[in-house]
Amino acid sequence: MKILVCMKQVPQKDAPLKLNESGTWIREDVSYEVNEPDAFALEEALRQKEKHSGEVVVITAGPARAQQVLREALAKGADRAIHLEDNAFVGLDAANTARAFAAAIKEEKFDLIFTGLQSDDYGFAQTGVVLAELLGWPHATIIMQIEKTDAGIRVKRELEAGYFQFVDMPLPALLTIQSGINRLRYATLIGIKQAKSKPLRKVALAEVQSAIGANMQKIERLYIPQKTKNTEFLEGSPAEVAKKLVEKLRNEVHVL
Amino acid sequence: MPDSILVIVEQREGKLNRVSWETLTAGQALAAETGWTLEAAVAGSGVTNFANEIAGKKVARVYAIESPKLEPYTPDAFAVALKQFIASNQPRLVLMPHTYQVRDFVPKLATAMARTAISDCIGYKKDGDKLLFTRQMFQGKLAADVSFTCDAPWFVTFQNGAFRGDKVEAGSGAAPVETVKVEIADGIIRNKPQEVFKEAKQAVDLTQAEIIVSVGRGIKEQKNIELAKQLAEALGGELAASRPICDSGWLPMDRQIGSSGQTVAPKLYLALGISGAIQHIVGMKGARTIIAINKDSEAPIFEIADFAVVGNLFDIVPPLIEEVKKAKAGA
Repeated sequence: MKILVCMKQVPQKDAPLKLNESGTWIREDVSYEVNEPDAFALEEALRQKEKHSGEVVVITAGPARAQQVLREALAKGADRAIHLEDNAFVGLDAANTARAFAAAIKEEKFDLIFTGLQSDDYGFAQTGVVLAELLGWPHATIIMQIEKTDAGIRVKRELEAGYFQFVDMPLPALLTIQSGINRLRYATLIGIKQAKSKPLRKVALAEVQSAIGANMQKIERLYIPQKTKNTEFLEGSPAEVAKKLVEKLRNEVHVL
Repeated sequence: MPDSILVIVEQREGKLNRVSWETLTAGQALAAETGWTLEAAVAGSGVTNFANEIAGKKVARVYAIESPKLEPYTPDAFAVALKQFIASNQPRLVLMPHTYQVRDFVPKLATAMARTAISDCIGYKKDGDKLLFTRQMFQGKLAADVSFTCDAPWFVTFQNGAFRGDKVEAGSGAAPVETVKVEIADGIIRNKPQEVFKEAKQAVDLTQAEIIVSVGRGIKEQKNIELAKQLAEALGGELAASRPICDSGWLPMDRQIGSSGQTVAPKLYLALGISGAIQHIVGMKGARTIIAINKDSEAPIFEIADFAVVGNLFDIVPPLIEEVKKAKAGA
């Protein structure tokens, strides 16, 4: 099986975010990490390859810093990487990101494409499904299990409130992967060493520009959400805070 | 044709998803603000009864989009059916709830119509002639007002809980219901869905708990769960967790709170080291009192907390357990 994994670099979960001067994006001098569901998507691709042999290719779009995500993926066992390298990719909407990916892989023949179910920055939850539609492929979202069958694959979709559903589908197909589908591996020292010699193809903006149109949606303003609740902050030493909390639990929450 | 808003409600397994009423409330509010006509639609096989139910609300018209191929749900059939309908009905705005099903087909539908969806919105604003849709970003740390820069139809999905379903206005009489038969050619549907099922019966029903102590990533290691467990025991409450904790196997999946786990509304929800990602918040924002302890002062959980402690949970929880025990012994 030849599997492509779409990955994204996003600000670290607990990184303090600051707005840029125009208030339309964050200041980019923060620490980044791989988008968590994408890490599970990569792990799943590696496991499928170990079971059925084949190739795992990872792709990302973003500035030079985003290469770190690809390097880590190669160190964990991906065979090669594609980097759509330009700062402009950060500002693309889901449709344009998918168009850029579709253009960058048009010479390739994959059996499966995996993406994380959504990104921790934009949180569109759309790029994967849009890419499937552009390629004319079937898709399934929020996947918790993948088995190869004679006719294609059988996947387990997560539905709301603890429900699930198996879906049989033909290949090629695109799947968006849910966090927790597997246990993530760590890169080994030897893996990190080998990653340095694995192929990494860089794709310039100009190469995919003709596939991209104007964004169809625009962030007019980014801001810190207004508080809807009147939160009371309790301060002091841990012992003092503990006493204050118990007083609240007794006198205001009435649970003690 | 006058401008219109189309709300597509969700039915599954013979039931109208309650979140549909929230989307209808949003549609009514937007219609009042813009002066555009509000219409609703439901897609499936034999969905007239749902259409009739919706027709009792304040809407100009309800469409039952019918095809035997719409049952069971597949993204292929839904995208084809709704594209046909929207292309002929030509609404300016198409509203849907941001459910797992809608997430599954809307990006495909919008792409098939060379349009986009502004997804998972929590509200809207009208800025002069411009409609802005508010959505959370960066896991709820920031919010964005987003506009469409393309032609209609504009697709918008609203987050569960963004509008009040019980505020949906009744109509003065039943709105007309129109059945629209759509053609779905053979070979369009590629996925073969099996029966929907629930994993082994849930051992813990957190929805009945009065007090919940819930842990998130801030707990750092599996062995530290014990600390939260002691606090839960001291308070006489149940232990729960955010998704990453259950994903790591540190607590069983049936203790997970959030969109993919249980939705709870206890008297007290004590969040330890939980940042408050949207997916978690939708599962617990109905709690009467929320206490959050987190070292990150910018954690979104503080947005909805009644009492907040910015600090290290490992410093605060041990004396808290002692104080709770003392209070209980004295009572």
